[in-house]
Amino acid sequence: MTKTADAVIFERNAAKALDDGQLRRNLRSAMTTLSQRRRTLFADTEAFEQLRAQGESIRRRALSQLPALLEQLEGRCTANGIQVHWAETAAEANAICLDILRRHNARRVIKGKSMVSEEMHLNHFLEEQGIEALETDLGEYIIQLDGETPSHIIVPAIHKNKDQIARLFHERIPDAPYTEVVEELNAIARQELREKFRAGEAGISGVNFAVAETGTLCLVENEGNGRMCTTAPPVHIALMGLEKVVEKLRDVPPLLRLLTGSATGQPITTYFNMITSPRRLDELDGPQEVHLVILDNGRSSIYGDAERRATLQCIRCGACLNHCPIYTRLGGHAYGHVYPGPIGSILTPQLEGLDEAGVMASASTFCGACEEVCPVKIPFTEILRMLRNEAYAQGESEHDVKGHGYRYTTVEGLSWKSWALYNTRPGLARIGSQILGKLGQHLPMIGPLKEWTRTRTPPPFAPKSLHQLAQERGLDNDR
Amino acid sequence: MTANARANILSRLRATTIQGQGPFIVPDAPIIAGLELSLEERIGRLQRMLETMHAEVRVVSAGGWLEELKAMLRARTLNGLLYGPAAPFGPALEGAWEEDLPPLVPYIEPVEQCRERLFNIDAGITSARGAIAETGALILWPSAAEPRLISLTPGLHIAVLDAGMIFNTFAEAIDQQHWLRHRMPANALLISGPSKTADIELTLTFGVHGPKELVVFILS
Ligand code: SF4
Repeated sequence: MTKTADAVIFERNAAKALDDGQLRRNLRSAMTTLSQRRRTLFADTEAFEQLRAQGESIRRRALSQLPALLEQLEGRCTANGIQVHWAETAAEANAICLDILRRHNARRVIKGKSMVSEEMHLNHFLEEQGIEALETDLGEYIIQLDGETPSHIIVPAIHKNKDQIARLFHERIPDAPYTEVVEELNAIARQELREKFRAGEAGISGVNFAVAETGTLCLVENEGNGRMCTTAPPVHIALMGLEKVVEKLRDVPPLLRLLTGSATGQPITTYFNMITSPRRLDELDGPQEVHLVILDNGRSSIYGDAERRATLQCIRCGACLNHCPIYTRLGGHAYGHVYPGPIGSILTPQLEGLDEAGVMASASTFCGACEEVCPVKIPFTEILRMLRNEAYAQGESEHDVKGHGYRYTTVEGLSWKSWALYNTRPGLARIGSQILGKLGQHLPMIGPLKEWTRTRTPPPFAPKSLHQLAQERGLDNDR
Repeated sequence: MTANARANILSRLRATTIQGQGPFIVPDAPIIAGLELSLEERIGRLQRMLETMHAEVRVVSAGGWLEELKAMLRARTLNGLLYGPAAPFGPALEGAWEEDLPPLVPYIEPVEQCRERLFNIDAGITSARGAIAETGALILWPSAAEPRLISLTPGLHIAVLDAGMIFNTFAEAIDQQHWLRHRMPANALLISGPSKTADIELTLTFGVHGPKELVVFILS
């Protein structure tokens, strides 16, 4: 069959990534370290399984009451003085941000790490409007300097090594000396960004958990840049996907532990920042305005299906990336979409449509490593299989994934139909296997066979079928 | 546009539950037994965990901490110590201050009037509302008395903690300090060390955008 554009691009990217020795070395060492650290922290597997069960049930409980919790969150936030906005699409969310920034005359915006903002392509959008959006997380800062996008959802610059970063800083930061000492590279970034924090006119961040019960926005970070962005400027805009809400404050501790432990093997991050309101009347600092933008962008369509809903349990820890045999060899850029790795493979085709990003669902060996490490037990293999089926589901489909049926072709449809017929009629199968034994070597390579043999040598057919051999030995199962 | 967005999103989310799928039945996972350490063990564990994260911890008597603080500051060259005069230790700090120490700088104006100074001061001191032994973290509730930036902009953050406020776990702190009965502060924080990053080759380095050093006085 002819390939879709995304499949062509993915294959090209994959080949390029596999050929890039430097990239593969960088990735291998980083991914091994991250997974080892995680293993060490969760060495007590029984305790970990208990914690994981809790994480899963907290996320599923939250999703089961999602619309009510979102309304509760909105109500509590509003009562606390946080202004809540809803956006159906990325474009709407961008427009909301722009409007807020314009009202504050903000031209220099400092940003904490936010995958939702990547999904919105917010930086690019703001730049077009003449607003500078500066990434302040060190990893994000590095890739922004190089005009790249994150290659990992937790450690966005992990594809680069220190020599590459040394050259980048030296070339792009005025007066930066060339140094490969990591501490010195950090110091250069600290100095560059300090002035930006002082002068930032607005701060933008993501949200790790939003607590409906109290109207509290929680942010997890190590560097302090997130605190800077949410504390120093006069206005703070927090961006969240609508699935990020949890019911109770008491739901936060287990999720926090699962998140930091799964992501980097840390028992806790340096900062856990809980924001419940803008600066109160008697207070001396903190933003005067806090805005929360709740983004849908396709999530509500995932929510509707019992099997697909589990996709929304994700807490974006990145563990599935670190353990994926495909991600750890290709890195994030090869996928060509914002969310790479196993979570990207199940999320992106559902958000953007199978016809746009269906190839991502095929970027899996079904080894199940992602499912084994996921702190909220997302059933990856089930969802991946469902997505692959949907890719061939013509007309009305069971799960109604956007763009379903894009891989359906008549030849393929016929092939599978005859396969089914063949295998449900013993007589047909017997005659068939005899013919195949004699003529199988000369089968025309069309449809699935063509696809399958593109990268594999077709095995020779045995002259006698298993059935015949069994009969000759006096075994007969047909009675 | 946004008024519609809200209605559309909510109705899409609601429509799905009505279409025969019903709400998911979600059994709560069994509660995990948390740590149950004695006070002494809690102090020990907190200290160990914080030190692993490169914080400096000093367990001192409630009567002796100011002298130790002064000795520590004398050994350094700092351009000032930022503090909130209405902090629990504010009056004691002022009373004990001496000429040869870095000047005390009270945070008493809105940030708009003193931004420059806040971004250039070397040290800041705050109280901690509590701490978590399990993971090693301080609990801070910045307020009008002790604004948020004291623990963020200076290169050295000093925190003062009453040992009696060290809880086993985060969940226990939420329960025993009755976070839900209080009005949540505009900003609450857990802090487990000086700021750090591992974004370059996963090499851990301390002192990125937040404080480069964290010194914790645990008053027992
Ligand atoms: S799918 Fe699971 S493992 Fe992957 S990022 Fe989300 S929570 Fe982590």
